[in-house]
Amino acid sequence: MSKLLTISPSPHVHTSDSVNKIMYRVLLALVPALAWSFFMFGFEAIRVTLIAVAACVAFEYLIQKFIMKEIPQITDGSAALTGILLAFNVPASLPTWMIIVGALVAIGVGKLSFGGLGNNPFNPALVGRVFLLISFPVHMTSWPVTQHAAVDALTTATPLALLKEGVKAGQPVSEIMTALPSNLNLLYGNMSGSLGEISAMFLLLGFGYMLWKKVITWHIPVFVLGTIFVFQGALWMLNPENFIEPLFHLLTGGAMLGAIFMATDMVTSPMTVKGQLIFGVGIGVITVLIRNFGAYPEGISFAILIMNGFTPLINAYIKPKRFGGTK
Amino acid sequence: MLKTFKLGGVHPAENKLSANKAIEKLALPKSVFIPVAQHIGAPAQALVKKGDQVKVGQLIAKSGGFVSANIHSSVSGKIKKVDLSMDSSGYPKQGFYIDVEDDEWEDGIDTSSELVENFEADSKTIIDKINAAGVVGLGGATFPTHVKLMPPQGMKAEVLLINGVECEPYLTSDHRVMLEKAEELLVGIRLLMCALQVNKAHIGIENNKPDAINHLNKLTASDSAIDVVPLKVKYPQGGEKQLIKAVTGREVPSGALPISVGAVVSNVGTALAVYDAVQKNKPLVERVVTVTGKSVAKPSNLLVRIGTPVQDLIDAAGGLPEDTGKVISGGPMMGKAISTTDIPVTKGTSGILILPKKEANREQMKNCIRCTRCVTVCPMGLEPYFLMTVSDKQIWEKAEGNNIMDCIECGSCSYTCPADRPLLDYIRLGKGKVGNIIRNRKN
Repeated sequence: MSKLLTISPSPHVHTSDSVNKIMYRVLLALVPALAWSFFMFGFEAIRVTLIAVAACVAFEYLIQKFIMKEIPQITDGSAALTGILLAFNVPASLPTWMIIVGALVAIGVGKLSFGGLGNNPFNPALVGRVFLLISFPVHMTSWPVTQHAAVDALTTATPLALLKEGVKAGQPVSEIMTALPSNLNLLYGNMSGSLGEISAMFLLLGFGYMLWKKVITWHIPVFVLGTIFVFQGALWMLNPENFIEPLFHLLTGGAMLGAIFMATDMVTSPMTVKGQLIFGVGIGVITVLIRNFGAYPEGISFAILIMNGFTPLINAYIKPKRFGGTK
Repeated sequence: MLKTFKLGGVHPAENKLSANKAIEKLALPKSVFIPVAQHIGAPAQALVKKGDQVKVGQLIAKSGGFVSANIHSSVSGKIKKVDLSMDSSGYPKQGFYIDVEDDEWEDGIDTSSELVENFEADSKTIIDKINAAGVVGLGGATFPTHVKLMPPQGMKAEVLLINGVECEPYLTSDHRVMLEKAEELLVGIRLLMCALQVNKAHIGIENNKPDAINHLNKLTASDSAIDVVPLKVKYPQGGEKQLIKAVTGREVPSGALPISVGAVVSNVGTALAVYDAVQKNKPLVERVVTVTGKSVAKPSNLLVRIGTPVQDLIDAAGGLPEDTGKVISGGPMMGKAISTTDIPVTKGTSGILILPKKEANREQMKNCIRCTRCVTVCPMGLEPYFLMTVSDKQIWEKAEGNNIMDCIECGSCSYTCPADRPLLDYIRLGKGKVGNIIRNRKN
């Protein structure tokens, strides 16, 4: 024998899929919504996105290299993805230093303090966002007017905030609705809100791409959105003067962004379809409860983080159907 | 809608490079090494010693128990020595070194190619002949066939399944047998049905072999007892439990044998060996082996004598390519990487696959991102990511409680993991440990 042969246990072939490919495909799926936010908010959106991505990648590199003393893994795309998702979840007017603080919390506390990619129990971008929301509530809820709005003002309220204020003031929903954008405007994203959450249509386009490339399955987004629709629909049918029709809740706030891109974060969501059903329904129910009865107009970030906390428990008790099993 | 199994499964690149290459008879080797243990169960006991002259088909080692098989000489010549040599497992095994002289067969063996269709329909005679001929499962598991044909007390076979799935990428030996030896194969199937006293047999074939499906459909058109079931291409459909599920819809319970749902599964190659054993009086001394690989000059399907050095097969296929990184005995999903080509073809050798250097090495393992792909593809409904963790941390009760012993080691989890985690390596380790614990508990 002149040649040395490689020995290893089977299998000897491997899929061409990789963690990097998954991350870059999710990034690609975010591009349509990102482009829309650049169109709607202009330079400010570009500033927020660039700062968030650069800060996340830089913190990942620095912490891994100098504190964890590991080889930095910034090329896997996960830090950049956290950066984009963080940018998507804040107003386009957020000051630069706040974005950097948010990135530090997302990457440093949300991700690396648990051991890095794959070990974090909570969605890092949402940890960053919620930290910012609690620390800087004014900046995090002042929404810049979109470039193409016909109003002469610097800030405006989101449709969900308008609804909440109206209901608090005791106005009937039918009256509040006259001041809200039409469902068509909500669908393509002519409203104010966080940078990346405004266009349901472009987020759905990204969803379609991820399904096509088999990056994620349909389960979690459908369970989350379906629950919001059904639960809100039930409330609406019981009392249409106090509760708005369910489609409004699907198209506003972070419902689409949360269901499609945040709840489907692989690391923090359950491993089985049955587990994902519990997870998705939980997010939907908590979101509707917070939106209708809570202090905040929007609640999907909290809902996802709460259900993230249940994920290890769900994985421990909800097992897949075994072949030849009794159950 | 084509039939298939429900849970899990993957679809690796098929790479059936040798699918249209007719079976060629490989020239006799200069010498062979025939191990006494080529099957699951007890090794056979040697009947000949150094210096003895043997003929082709002569019994040289006797079955060592109920679950064991006879070993016959595959060549004529002189026993050079009885000693240890390595086989595809990588361990040294006892066996016979035989220097080949001429090609003289034992008396009473029909070496002609004439088709013998009629047989005496007596279950015991058939099983005895299969047992005497040393027939074992040729799909790779090498379980002695006569044992399968004698269900334990209180169990009755209802249906025979013939495994023509060949779901392993690259391999084509079963495919060629179905095309070129179909008449013999069908007689073999009838013999097996008679031995089991069942009146229905299904031949399961994946849809990527339409020529084999058409050919066998034509030949079985007039026989309502045997039918061909085309199956959707999905690995590991050739797994016994997956094939039974795909064809009959029955699910073999965890820890039970296929016979518990009335099914007996036999490979295409095995059915052909049964035909040879019963109709031709010919013991299992040769088999069809696929020699293949992307850089192999002449991918081939070769009819070779048991004990032939693997190097001879590679030479016949155009030699070991320059960029060779890994040589595998079997297919890429479940085959064994071999450290040298100086090992013999045994009863379980279905193929020799040569992978180039760039496909030979594994990628660096990364953190698990809980993408759920391993859980989704597991055909047994297990959680490979979890079994890997508990095996690594040696929490054996959790491994057992989460059905680690159900793992069929198909490798779908490791194949599909985007983080390149060696899931099956750890699960195998855990299976070994948990298996020991279970055995010790019973004692």
